[in-house]
Amino acid sequence: MTSSLITVSYLAAAILFILALGGLKDNQSARRGNLYGMIGMAIAILVTISAFVTQNHNILIVVMVIGGVAGFVLSRRVKMTQMPELVAILHSLVGLAAVLIGFANFLDPSVNLTGVEKTIHEIEIFISIGIGALTFTGSVIAYGKLSGMIGGSPLMLPAKHWLNLFMFIAVVVVGVQFVGAQNHADAFILLMVMTVIAMLFGMHMVAAIGGADMPVVISMLNSYSGWAAAATGFMLSNDLLIVTGALVGSSGAILSYIMCRAMNRSFISVIAGGFGTTSGSKSTASTEALGDITEIDIAETGRLLNAAKQVVFIPGYGMAMAQAQHAVSEISKILLAKGVNVRFAIHPVAGRMPGHMNVLLAEAKVSYDIVFEMDEINNDFPEVDVSVVIGANDTVNPSAQDDEDSPIAGMPVLEVWKSKTTIVLKRGMAAGYAGVDNPLFVKDKSRMLFGDAKDSLDLIIKAL
Amino acid sequence: MKISVLKEIHVDEKRVATTPDVTQKLIKLGFDVIVETGAGVGSNFSDESYRQAGAEIALTAELAWKSADLVIKVRPPEQNFALGCHEVDLMSEGCHLISFLWPAQNEKLLKQLAKRNITALSMDSIPRISRAQKLDALSSMANIAGYRAVIEASALFGRFFAGQITAAGKVAPAKVMVIGAGVAGLSAIATAKSLGAIVRAFDTRPEVKEQIQSMDAEFLELEFEEDGSGEGGYAKVMSKEFIDAEMALFAEQAKEVDVIITTALIPGKPAPKLITRAMIESMRDGSVVVDLAAEQGGNCELTEPGKVVNRNGVSIVGYTDLPSRLATQSSQLYATNIYNLIEEMSPLKDGSILVDMEDVVVRGATVVNQGEITWPAPPVAVSAVRKPSLGGQSIVIEAEPSVPVKPPSKVASVAKSSLLPMLIGGLALFGLGLVAPPSFMAHFTVFVLSCFIGYMVIWNVAPALHTPLMSLTNAISSIIVLGALTQISSDNPTIMILSVIALLITSINIVGGFSVSQRMLQMFKG
Repeated sequence: MTSSLITVSYLAAAILFILALGGLKDNQSARRGNLYGMIGMAIAILVTISAFVTQNHNILIVVMVIGGVAGFVLSRRVKMTQMPELVAILHSLVGLAAVLIGFANFLDPSVNLTGVEKTIHEIEIFISIGIGALTFTGSVIAYGKLSGMIGGSPLMLPAKHWLNLFMFIAVVVVGVQFVGAQNHADAFILLMVMTVIAMLFGMHMVAAIGGADMPVVISMLNSYSGWAAAATGFMLSNDLLIVTGALVGSSGAILSYIMCRAMNRSFISVIAGGFGTTSGSKSTASTEALGDITEIDIAETGRLLNAAKQVVFIPGYGMAMAQAQHAVSEISKILLAKGVNVRFAIHPVAGRMPGHMNVLLAEAKVSYDIVFEMDEINNDFPEVDVSVVIGANDTVNPSAQDDEDSPIAGMPVLEVWKSKTTIVLKRGMAAGYAGVDNPLFVKDKSRMLFGDAKDSLDLIIKAL
Repeated sequence: MKISVLKEIHVDEKRVATTPDVTQKLIKLGFDVIVETGAGVGSNFSDESYRQAGAEIALTAELAWKSADLVIKVRPPEQNFALGCHEVDLMSEGCHLISFLWPAQNEKLLKQLAKRNITALSMDSIPRISRAQKLDALSSMANIAGYRAVIEASALFGRFFAGQITAAGKVAPAKVMVIGAGVAGLSAIATAKSLGAIVRAFDTRPEVKEQIQSMDAEFLELEFEEDGSGEGGYAKVMSKEFIDAEMALFAEQAKEVDVIITTALIPGKPAPKLITRAMIESMRDGSVVVDLAAEQGGNCELTEPGKVVNRNGVSIVGYTDLPSRLATQSSQLYATNIYNLIEEMSPLKDGSILVDMEDVVVRGATVVNQGEITWPAPPVAVSAVRKPSLGGQSIVIEAEPSVPVKPPSKVASVAKSSLLPMLIGGLALFGLGLVAPPSFMAHFTVFVLSCFIGYMVIWNVAPALHTPLMSLTNAISSIIVLGALTQISSDNPTIMILSVIALLITSINIVGGFSVSQRMLQMFKG
């Protein structure tokens, strides 16, 4: 296969990838986009195999089939509520692959470069392995946090910012020595040292971030996996890897930016981590002073919903945890059949990853037309008769608007308290992931319905 | 402070200014409450129930009047024929009074009160701002009047309000027209609607159209542009042309409908005559007209205040005491309104009241302050926007200050702040260009351009599809598999093994990523 032919094939694959991402602008074109992505990937792999693979074909096929079957089974078995975990663990695989390929490339004796090109190549290897390593461990920790294997609260090491800075400087120092190393064995040791530091760095970075910031972390790791691919592309002088890596990297970066903006926080402060813990002690003291909550029972909830003309559901992570999306969908259908104007309001950071709630609602077959973004629906709350908050907390906290001292001050929130009645489904009076008290619960028009969201909603279906 | 609750002496007045429940709340605020014996009988509250709530029962009216620091009543004070003196003269000097006073119609009474050095607050003079809604006794009473108007009409009307299909034949639903959709009108609409009638409503103020429609009633529209909103959410006098068009509409409707309920009032003016003799004559026999404006002269030409008359087979109800005909309910709401006013005036909750003339609400309600007539109060600035509400309550919201326009200097600073990073970026690129070999620069160009393409493409992604975006980008970032593929044929076993592991995990990723994206996108089909 001529090198021009390879280039053309890679170009085709790159264009298909761009079309794949572009297709996600709406849900009609999205499935076609996914198909483009698959075709692009198939072209790239087949061309590469035919051009570069000269032996070990059997191993290649066996390994790819095993991996493919494993991936397929994984993707079919995973529950929609576990999507954040799946995405995190897949990110870690990209990171690990970047590390392995980087080492393989470093050990490859066939690469013979001199002068500036050699230096640049070594820097490329170094960066590619570094980003790969921190993506790998960071994603593993994120997976652990999301799946509950590791506690969701941020790890607060003393002097953690200094620790980060120290690790960063250490990586740079090791990098300089690595590039200057005369002997291949020394260079290898330095590379290993850097890999270990980068892994620790990745672990520490994600461990220090609280549960509420998970959407940012996931998008950030998504971005890193892209940059790792791009760095690998530089290392291998492969433009397709560079293009794809850059696409994925900027996609993750934009998602991180959108998530940060939805929380009114700077990217730096999310990375610096420790959100919520600083205010924890203060806010628990003020819980008593907040006022009395009003409880409501299932029958009354049913009556309110039956009498309402406009109902808005506000799902949060609690809905995902309780697997309550099908029950919510059922209720919305019953109400729609009665001529009630039912809508869903989604906060950008609801759940544990961008778009998490949309996926769950789509799984439960909630019509796409009645699901609205925060900005689309926020002005309508004064006309809403009943707002039902299902396992959301910080995204509906009025203190973001009226308490300047609140840790979430300035974060855009869904103004549910403006509706005529707000029913809050909650397991208990615990604070949200941000560890901030929510004055919504004690407002005159708020009613608390305690219990597991799914059980409560199932009972409401009967009450309707 | 001692609060006295008097038995109303006005003919047929059954309401009372406080209930046993509210008595308890007043005592909690630190007041002593004295109730004249029999005060609550008309509203079904016995002396015993007041006593249990903690009130003292005064056996004569004189005793109740004399011992009070604050008298709360429903009707304005009037001549007490049994005692042979005016109620004002029964009050001790410097006493406070809260009741309906209708200061515009009762100038003489104000003077009498002033002479006795009394401080009087009129429940009908509370300004209509949102903060004062819980004190708004006019709305409370109007709500009840609207309800009762429909009940009176249905009692006189010979048929069902709701349509029915029975074994004995089909019954057509009654058609009700409500003129004026203020609090009373909306309440009448809601009540008639809940009895099952077909309800149409008319109002000169276009902004109430939505409220009428929100209650499932039909809004009768004129082919005529004129806004009838006056100050404080009330209606104003309309032009001659408008009235002609309006009358033509009513004449046409009169032939069709079974029940007309009129609630049209313009503050400080006699009620407009909207239903003429000719219209009444055109109505079907057995129809009913309820005129809620009877006290102000009536919206119907044939209304006789206080009576039900039958003209040409049409019953015309001119009761002026509709709230009193639902005395228990009226007393409850009125007592709560009064309680809210007293609570407002008693910031220390120590059983004393403070007439704070700086407070807009208290200022508006106070018509006589320590012997000095302070009526009318200066107007309160309100924008008379009424918001739709289901309870038939009218809501008047205060004008909000306009949001200041952002200063233009911010734009300049944004431009400046984005200039610096661009400069740094430019310098960095220049430095790179100095040292990097051409082969690297070619890749670098591809990289930077791809970042921009990514930036452009990703902003167009629908927020709902962010999760599929992540799984899809995850799948395509496994393009890193190419690295493994190029190395798998190496003769060096270490490199080969590393490549095989990389190949294995990227294969998981490729298939898993695309497949799970596909699965999610299938769900978004709808």
